[in-house]
Amino acid sequence: MSQPIADEMLLDPLRRPDADSLHRLQERLAHTAADEGLLDIAYRTVDTPVGTLLLAATARGLARVAYARENHDVVLADLAARISPRILRAPARLEPVVRELDEYFAGHRRQFDLPLDLSLAAGFRREVLAHLPEVGYGTTASYTALALRSGRPRAVRAAASACARNPLPVVLPCHRIVRSDQTLGGYVGGVDAKQTLLTLEMAGSR
Amino acid sequence: MPLPPFEDVVARHGPTVLRVCRALLGWERAEDAWAETFLAALKAYPDLPSGSNVEAWLVTIARRKAIDQHRATVRQPVPLPDLPDRPAVDRYPVETDRDLWQALAELPFKQREAVTYHYLAGLPYLEVAQILGNSTDAARRAAADGIKTLRHTYLKDQP
Repeated sequence: MSQPIADEMLLDPLRRPDADSLHRLQERLAHTAADEGLLDIAYRTVDTPVGTLLLAATARGLARVAYARENHDVVLADLAARISPRILRAPARLEPVVRELDEYFAGHRRQFDLPLDLSLAAGFRREVLAHLPEVGYGTTASYTALALRSGRPRAVRAAASACARNPLPVVLPCHRIVRSDQTLGGYVGGVDAKQTLLTLEMAGSR
Repeated sequence: MPLPPFEDVVARHGPTVLRVCRALLGWERAEDAWAETFLAALKAYPDLPSGSNVEAWLVTIARRKAIDQHRATVRQPVPLPDLPDRPAVDRYPVETDRDLWQALAELPFKQREAVTYHYLAGLPYLEVAQILGNSTDAARRAAADGIKTLRHTYLKDQP
């Protein structure tokens, strides 16, 4: 005789994991949410030569690119608090971004042509970010030069801080800003990533 | 505490809500109810008071969707197909599960609900009673009656 089944275990067969159905349902939800205008932030990850990048976009455009060392869970929680908690993994909205990043890392793209949402940066920081694309592919500029371009020549420290907190690294090329003594300086993705991007661009601009 | 990204809510509670939808509606109609539940939840999510029991909130929405579907079915009876006991084998991943889902579906709706919320969703009777709009004792009794019937119909235990 087997032991009688406890009430708590009677329904155990109905608790079988069903990852396939849930995966399908999540995708369907992401699509419907986007169609109904309820998807405030869509995100996905992409593997690149500088590691796995998190990409997050609002309906207006790309709002965040994050390195793995920034901790993607922390970044998403921050987006939930600062923009909206209506966040879903939804690759479709990020497809043009992935395409341009692939081209960039293959050395075939020198500038990004994507709608951007700069709502995570305000004031002078935003001003600095807007001037980053003026530093051309395969070249570098100093933090001093960036401060000058941004209209506040003496705000070198603030310009450096704006780079350090760039919400859109790679796409807004803060990796091209180096110290006046030509040493690399810091980078949100780590110095190795900065070196990798600059080396890639040197090769691509030859 | 700010709200976590909604994706976390889907990942954490999606499986439970799917089980609840399947238990209240059967395997076939459950996925539409799941989709409607999470879409409605996404819409209301930014206004969810912090500290809310998210699982109980989602189960409440799922219940409303399930009852809507039951009412719609009653209002517009779908003509029965010619196969009165068409095999449901392909709809259930495991053959033995079918008898249990079937036994659950045959319970009076209140018992089916009480068993689902307490034993499948893992909600305490206090929460179950709030969802059902009755007392904790009544919720406990409905679940106990449901389990007793399941033992008889599914396990073939002697009453």
